[in-house]
Amino acid sequence: MTTPITPTVTPGSGHDPHGAHGHGPPPEPTVFGLLAEFETADGMSNAAYKVQAAGYTRYDCFSPYPVADAADAMNFPKSEMGAVMFVGGLTGACTGFFMQYYLNAYGYALNVGGRPYLSWPSFIPITFEMMVLTAALTGLFGLMALCGLPRYHHPLFNVPAFDRASRDRFFLCIELCDPKYDPVATRAFLNDLHPVSVEEVPE
Amino acid sequence: MATAELPTTRQAGLPPEPEMHPLILNKHGLVSIGDAIGGVVLNTKHPRGWWIGFLAGLAMLQILAISVAWLFYMGVGVWGINVPVAWGFAIVNFVWWIGIGHAGTLISAVLLLMHQKWRTSINRFSEAMTIFAVMCAGLFPLLHMGRPWFFYWLYPFPNVAGVWPQFRSPLTWDVFAVTTYFTVSLVFWYIGLIPDLAALRDQARTRWQRILYGLLSLGWRGSAIHWRRYEKVYLILGGISTPLVLSVHTVVSFDFAVSIVPLWHATIFPPFFVAGAIYSGFAMVVAIALPVRRWYKLEDFFTDHHMDIMGKVMLATGFLVTYGYFSEAWMAWYGHSLYEWGTTLERMFGPYGWSYWCLIGFNCVFPLTFLWSKKIRTNFFWMEMVCISVLIGMWFERYVIVITLAREYIPSAWGMYAPTIWDYGTMIGSMGLFLTLFFLFLRYLPMISITEMRELLPRKQGGGGGHSIMENAP
Repeated sequence: MTTPITPTVTPGSGHDPHGAHGHGPPPEPTVFGLLAEFETADGMSNAAYKVQAAGYTRYDCFSPYPVADAADAMNFPKSEMGAVMFVGGLTGACTGFFMQYYLNAYGYALNVGGRPYLSWPSFIPITFEMMVLTAALTGLFGLMALCGLPRYHHPLFNVPAFDRASRDRFFLCIELCDPKYDPVATRAFLNDLHPVSVEEVPE
Repeated sequence: MATAELPTTRQAGLPPEPEMHPLILNKHGLVSIGDAIGGVVLNTKHPRGWWIGFLAGLAMLQILAISVAWLFYMGVGVWGINVPVAWGFAIVNFVWWIGIGHAGTLISAVLLLMHQKWRTSINRFSEAMTIFAVMCAGLFPLLHMGRPWFFYWLYPFPNVAGVWPQFRSPLTWDVFAVTTYFTVSLVFWYIGLIPDLAALRDQARTRWQRILYGLLSLGWRGSAIHWRRYEKVYLILGGISTPLVLSVHTVVSFDFAVSIVPLWHATIFPPFFVAGAIYSGFAMVVAIALPVRRWYKLEDFFTDHHMDIMGKVMLATGFLVTYGYFSEAWMAWYGHSLYEWGTTLERMFGPYGWSYWCLIGFNCVFPLTFLWSKKIRTNFFWMEMVCISVLIGMWFERYVIVITLAREYIPSAWGMYAPTIWDYGTMIGSMGLFLTLFFLFLRYLPMISITEMRELLPRKQGGGGGHSIMENAP
């Protein structure tokens, strides 16, 4: 079963390099990579350690719930999101504070009970709220931007078995663009990692 | 399958899981969790309870439509508000709803940081409740404006008159606090939903389900790199939502405490308000969760143990609130302020004294007597009674606070307040809005986090062994 927004492509029926009209886009590779399916999270993360050790660089693991070992194996120990959200929050806090100061002191100077124009304690609540608001929004949009989401058409969705990546199976995919990728050797290497199956992912 | 030369996994470095109550009963596996929770949404048939709840909510929503239409046609004069009680039911309901809206973020953020694994079963629908409750709350200040179509004047925006908001006023803080709270709750909720929506997309049985959940899930693939970023965002959101949830009700309490009305001008207001918010929020969560888990047969995930813990939290916050009532009276008496003590006596024995004793009865005496017993905390009927009692009691708390305006300083400025049928109509209508939205949520989105339940599942059953975001996201 494939997602409806992804056109169903069966292996082998990829892009015709010699298009009927002869002036289509340049020929594209018809294979995205090799997908190994594992029964357990440990199976996948152990395989990831070995794939990393073998020198592959363009591969990814897929699981229905977060598997920390897999990300560690892929040498991605620390996410950038902390820094992104920190900058977002800081920007919001500064904007919030100076907006209040400028507007109540210069934009529309308000004398409330003889307080100084820079009565900063009363600006703290909105400064704080603005910080949280921008940090959260940067978090959401930063996550989407860094992960390249939304992306509705992904070659992996062409593999019917990949539906189980959100259910009960664990996958590891070595991509064609990896310098070490070789259709035969890579398949043999993946078969040695005790997967349930190894499939070619059509582009 | 694992071989000797592999590096030490993260799991091995963690302390062993403590022996505790199972949070998922009956030997579930990864697939059966998805079927049990996702099936509720993907099945087209729904239990009779859902129809009763939804149609009741929809009927009450019509009352809201009529009340609001009449209000817009006639103006706020159709309400019972007057001088001295200029706020009336509008702010009572605003504070009541926003208080209920505090449980969701508290459960999803504060309990996350405290390693409380049991939160996993209830965080999704508590967050949904938060969002809907804040929507109901936001309705009241907007309706209370004489000219609601100028609602955007609340925000700073460039305008030809060159006028800007007064940022030293708690009412302006409130605008920012509630807006932020709503937006951040929505973001938190949605980020948590993305992997579940992807699971629903892949499990979908009909075409429109695949399209709907496919679009909403943004094409989530469950990549290990994405998961790591996702968990980090989720953890930081939990971290910043924790002070946020405390700040929102604090700012709401400033609406009162910054004034000079006797009994309002008190430093105990912020913590007292926050405790009350958690109290009523938990009451609403349990009151709704109990029938829902029965209709959908989700007792495996929302167990009696969950009810027991939530009952204990209510017991603790109930005592904090009770301490607040005691402290108010004590400070008024001990402070030797004529007006504080006079207003306290008016509150207890004046024309609205009945509402004070309703508050004490519904909020302190009844729940705090019964919540001590584990038998009652895990009993459907009694827990439901206790929660409804708390919800009524917390409503009376806000009523008692607002009605203080009827008799404060100079007797010549005293007055009486009585709500009209349109006040009641708007209040009941807002409950209709809440119920309608909540039942639609049950119908279209997974009410328990499928992903987090899978993570919570013991490792020998294929799950993540209970270790989750706090441990995974460095």
